[in-house]
Amino acid sequence: MYTNEKMLESIKKVEANRAANAVMEPVRMTAEEKEEVLATYHPDYIQSEFEVLQIGPNKGEKVPKELAAILQANSRINPADIDLTKVDYDVDVLVIGGGGAGTSAAIEADNNGAKVMIVTKLRMGDANTMMAEGGIQAADKPNDSPAIHYVDAFGGGHFAAKPELLYKLVNEAPDAIQWLNNLGVEFDKAPDGTMITTHGGGTSRKRMHAAKDYSGAEIMRTLRDEVLNRNIPVVDFTAAIELILDENGKAAGAVLMNMETKELLIARAKTVVIATGGAGRMHYQGFPTSNHYGATADGLVLGYRAGAKLLYADTLQYHPTGAAYPQQIFGALVTEKVRSLGAKLVNVNGEVFMHPLETRDVCASSVIRECRRGNGVPTEQGEGIWLDTPMIELKNGEGTIEKRIPAMMRMFGKYGIDIRKEPILIYPTLHYQNGGLDITADGQTTNIENLYVAGEAVGGIHGRNRLMGNSLLDIIVFGRNAGKNASAKSKDVEVGELTLSHVDNFAKEMADAGIETDVVSPKLLPNYTNQKSI
Amino acid sequence: MQEMVNIYLFGKKYSVPAELTIMCAMEYAGYQLVRGCGCRNGFCGACATIYRIKGQQELHSCLACQTKVENDMYIATLPFFPLVKQVYDIETVKPTEQIMMQLYPEIYACVGCNACTKACTQELNVMQYIAYAQRGEYEKCAEESFDCVMCGVCSSRCPAGISHPQVAMLARRLNGKYLAPKTAHLEERVQEIKNGTFEELLENLMQKPISEMKELYNNREIEK
Repeated sequence: MYTNEKMLESIKKVEANRAANAVMEPVRMTAEEKEEVLATYHPDYIQSEFEVLQIGPNKGEKVPKELAAILQANSRINPADIDLTKVDYDVDVLVIGGGGAGTSAAIEADNNGAKVMIVTKLRMGDANTMMAEGGIQAADKPNDSPAIHYVDAFGGGHFAAKPELLYKLVNEAPDAIQWLNNLGVEFDKAPDGTMITTHGGGTSRKRMHAAKDYSGAEIMRTLRDEVLNRNIPVVDFTAAIELILDENGKAAGAVLMNMETKELLIARAKTVVIATGGAGRMHYQGFPTSNHYGATADGLVLGYRAGAKLLYADTLQYHPTGAAYPQQIFGALVTEKVRSLGAKLVNVNGEVFMHPLETRDVCASSVIRECRRGNGVPTEQGEGIWLDTPMIELKNGEGTIEKRIPAMMRMFGKYGIDIRKEPILIYPTLHYQNGGLDITADGQTTNIENLYVAGEAVGGIHGRNRLMGNSLLDIIVFGRNAGKNASAKSKDVEVGELTLSHVDNFAKEMADAGIETDVVSPKLLPNYTNQKSI
Repeated sequence: MQEMVNIYLFGKKYSVPAELTIMCAMEYAGYQLVRGCGCRNGFCGACATIYRIKGQQELHSCLACQTKVENDMYIATLPFFPLVKQVYDIETVKPTEQIMMQLYPEIYACVGCNACTKACTQELNVMQYIAYAQRGEYEKCAEESFDCVMCGVCSSRCPAGISHPQVAMLARRLNGKYLAPKTAHLEERVQEIKNGTFEELLENLMQKPISEMKELYNNREIEK
């Protein structure tokens, strides 16, 4: 419920202009205008928020301060205390992470006849996948093609994606949709079976497939059910806290820690898949986040300490529409689908100030700029911009909101805001880790053999910004890819003697560089104890 | 001065700011959560919670991340509930009434008490979707249960021992795979890709200099 007078006053202006705003087609920014708004307002461009790495494979490159602090940090273990001859789990493929990428990898590894195991620090399905609302891209309509999808994603990512990874993403997208559909995922379809697809920011064709606004949840619960049907072992509430290599420097397992009892366990594997997801809970630059509780960049830390290279670790995605009000849901995701369905961004004076479907980085920067210009709506946490949801039903008819974005209706409804009748307040929220571990098209890291990566922990698939709907897609395409290749590779692997010498070496490198810190990593969970809000 | 309320976490009293969710109130009180906390946004079902307001008889259930504290709230979290999940092969099951009888026969022991519906943290009509499942109406069951986050509170209240979320999960997969209409344009596109239709086009794009890609991107036609 809106009770603040300034908000109520502004809502009146939004209402007065609604009919006119709904039909207008705002001009899109030129390439130069986009560059300018990004350079001036995007958080990635604020140099003082970054730090240059002093050690490790990306020495000399800049990353967010908060990430530098956990990359150049102490291990949770002293290798001398660990008995690597006492192996608790011995498998072909060890998958670290139980989200969309990890479960997809496990299912494909199982298909391939490998002995596969998932370890996950919370429960299987506690992942950003579960929270992806808007949809999944695939060029499967007659007016579309993987080549058009490629151009959209490559341009949207500022021409920085690794071409061989993007090729795989777009060309295997339709097959990914079919695979999910065959597992029983319920996509939104017309009665004749045609997929109901919409635009996302930066798409040139309507290729966003959805399952209402529970797209990720629907995919995740189906994949989880399939893992359980196959009796693939899932060791939950157990985090990987270091990778184990063999004497030849190849990945060969992980040291695991029970999150509740703190018991340490040893998993030996012929190949390892890192599918640990993103980093929103690192709260870079103090931003709130749309991410799940465990998004703390663990995979990047594990990989980096073992010598794997990072790519684009300096670029994050701030989703333009995080909830700015009420404070109980501050930072929670308001799906881009709200804009796909026709809601526009409106300032405190009731004016539309941009095209609502620019790419996320441009859109977030433009929202920040509008607020800096004094056109934001003041809130307890700062300020926000209106996302005029009633426009959706003005455009598409009554009942559209309940049918297409029920989760959004429920989320705001709990706080007395009926999004069919009232606009909602948004501000950018930390959403996605564009960068991550550097891989080749087979899913393997570029410099550690038998170490595979899939999902948000990968860098380079999207370049320096990601389009809506390409992350649900990448976890499926690259999850399956990693599962297939890691299991095939495992058939020829003879694991050598296990070692944690890389952990000692990293500690020595830190000491040599004069880095002294109390920080231990991976972080595993954020600490909100004794704090007032998320 | 900030408004505070008294709440009772597992019976122990704490004073917390009135605007907090139950989850944030637990953290405010000093809990470092491991169990019972997942997406923090109402999608994952990790934080099922039951509560009762002192002096009132009714027992409530909710998601801790989605519910504000109230004064005199007695709170117990339900971070795990032993649901029964039957194993099946999605490739060989058929969307007939028999499959429910075979895998989840207890649904036919439903006594119609409606405790599941009253307990649902998503305000779904749980008893109704179980009725659809009993009759083999999987499309309706799928639709009615779609917003389920599988928190398990319904099952904790069921005298017949039904694992409602798992029943609904099966119904949705049967619907998605077998009952929903097939998508012709998807099948065609997958076949085209298998035939290598787009490989040359894509390889061309991969080799283009960035300046040409910028040209292509900035002048591309955008579907209305």
